[in-house]
Amino acid sequence: MAQTIAMEAAVDRAALFEFLLGMGDNTLVLGHRLSEWCGHAPALEEDIALANTALDLIGQTQLWLGLAGEVEGNGRNADELAFLRDAREFRNLLLAERPNGDYGRTLMRQFLFDAWHYLALKGLRASSDPRIAAIAEKTSKEVAYHLERSRDLVIRLGDGTAESHARMKKALDELWSYTGEMFVNEAHDAALAAAGLAPEPESLKPEWNTLVAETLCAATLGKPQDGYMHRGGKRGLHTEHLGYVLAEMQFLQRAYPGASW
Amino acid sequence: MSSEWPLWEVFIRGQHGLNHRHVGSLHAPDAEMAINNARDVYVRRNEGVSIWVVRSIDIAASSPSEKGPLFEPSNAKVYRHPTFFDIPDEVGHM
Amino acid sequence: MYAQMVKTDAPRIKSRSEMDPRERAFQERIDAGQKIEPKEWMPEGYRRTLIRQISQHAHSEIVGQLPEGNWITRAPTLERKAILLAKVQDEAGHGLYLYCAAETLGVSRDALYDQLHSGKAKYSSIFNYPTLTWADIGAIGWLVDGAAIMNQVPLQRCSYGPYARAMVRICKEESFHQRQGYDILMKMVKGTTAQKAMVQDALDRWWWPSLMMFGPSDDASVHSAQSMAWKIKQNSNDELRQKFVDQTVPQAEYLGLTVPDPDLTWNEEKGGYDFGEPDWNEFFEVIAGNGPCNAERLGARRQAWDDGAWFRDGLTAHAEKATARRARSVAAE
Repeated sequence: MAQTIAMEAAVDRAALFEFLLGMGDNTLVLGHRLSEWCGHAPALEEDIALANTALDLIGQTQLWLGLAGEVEGNGRNADELAFLRDAREFRNLLLAERPNGDYGRTLMRQFLFDAWHYLALKGLRASSDPRIAAIAEKTSKEVAYHLERSRDLVIRLGDGTAESHARMKKALDELWSYTGEMFVNEAHDAALAAAGLAPEPESLKPEWNTLVAETLCAATLGKPQDGYMHRGGKRGLHTEHLGYVLAEMQFLQRAYPGASW
Repeated sequence: MSSEWPLWEVFIRGQHGLNHRHVGSLHAPDAEMAINNARDVYVRRNEGVSIWVVRSIDIAASSPSEKGPLFEPSNAKVYRHPTFFDIPDEVGHM
Repeated sequence: MYAQMVKTDAPRIKSRSEMDPRERAFQERIDAGQKIEPKEWMPEGYRRTLIRQISQHAHSEIVGQLPEGNWITRAPTLERKAILLAKVQDEAGHGLYLYCAAETLGVSRDALYDQLHSGKAKYSSIFNYPTLTWADIGAIGWLVDGAAIMNQVPLQRCSYGPYARAMVRICKEESFHQRQGYDILMKMVKGTTAQKAMVQDALDRWWWPSLMMFGPSDDASVHSAQSMAWKIKQNSNDELRQKFVDQTVPQAEYLGLTVPDPDLTWNEEKGGYDFGEPDWNEFFEVIAGNGPCNAERLGARRQAWDDGAWFRDGLTAHAEKATARRARSVAAE
């Protein structure tokens, strides 16, 4: 505990708060997107499997946003952070808020995210903050399975029929420019890394590249060249899509202020 | 209509070292995916530690009409059951 | 219920003396409480009735994902969101168990889907009603799952082994579904005036459709009598409806709600409630496809299936390629 307090003093508390929001907002927004499929997936087995991933992500949101509220110290809990912040205060990656598109695009988005998520959590297991390390430890088992599944499906569909190949290729091309943001250092990232709290975003890039290249090769899709990369999510500059996600997600809390559910 | 994924039978070994038990079936394009699907469909409540899957068409089953010849003879071998033997109470637990 | 008005092909029930020896032996096994298993001989009517009933039940589970699925993205807290998602996911699982049980009778899941998508097969009337507010999610858990449980618990003793076993698993998993619904409502009636009004409104809209779930009175139905003789139906529709009302009215009172039935009174003599008759015209209209959401529900299922064809085919193609590659590498060794 003394250690934790010392670290919080060393690193700006606000920076840590922002970082934790980022982790929780990613899982919240992506979990929301996946839950949109519930009842509409292409096979019953797949409906159930995707719901499991969505459930994991919502559970992880409770942990990250719960800790964010604790670090912030203003008495806000995970629900208040999820349901009562506006889009400009969200810190998720733009990739997470991309619309589902067809099932192939949903799976490609999932794979690109899972590969990053897995590596980020691997680094966070060694965080100097034991609370972060504990969440990373618990959630990385879930995410290892998410990655196994999304990677497997990307390979199968890439190397499936001509149509499934074309759809996966299109999804990859559409999403690729949203992958760069995962590895860009924002203002506080270097300080967090220096304090041993979280790995530096750019440090995850080589392993991610290898994992993604190997998977896309097995999928006969090939890894696209890096070109222009969109960014802004981590700073609260989102696409128009997030506003609609939040309008839906936050409806009850906004329409009935102060009510408990 | 395109071809349906084959049907698989799923067997799960629970937490306590018991035998794999048949829990149900599902559809999947191949064995690997059948195992993944089984994990998602049949282990949603932490029910198991090991999964077997086998194509339903690969199961050889005894014919229901042979039920008599197959199973009734063992009914006669009552000495296979511990209750067949009377052990006096004085002997204690056996 | 989830399976309403299942036909049996029986013009009337055969007496023992009219049965051929196989039919008689079959009926005797059922009367003795034995389970019938997939490959065993069974009368064609028994097989066909089971397929109809189990598939209707399965279709109801997967169409039933939709009205509640509507609210997953709008659930008011993270915990409620997770609980609702888990519940709707369970419904997909239950659909899956039931389709598998039907498949043991020699019909494929795709063929059953075809019947659903073409409008030939039915599913429970209840899922053609809209979920308009969050209280509807509570009401569905409490009333719809409550009514379903009433029917599913006795079905665990049904004469067909795979169906009975699927029901055992389903009942075990569903035990939390009704409670989560009631829990939503308990929280809301303790809340603001607006929340309480929302709950009463939900009960007003879901009460009668819930009573209709049991189907019209079937005391005079030859189909029900045949299904009961085969032990694939255990209680009459009226019996189950009575049981449901008796169980549910005190629960409504606990919530401080008014059941929207002016004829509802306690009958001391029979030890149960007397209650009004649902509007069976509405029921038959909904069954005929004219409910408020029939088109959306079926449309959503069709679209999911059609849009997913490339995905299913892609995975099949990959599995075939992988098998061929393995065969080639074995041959090369």
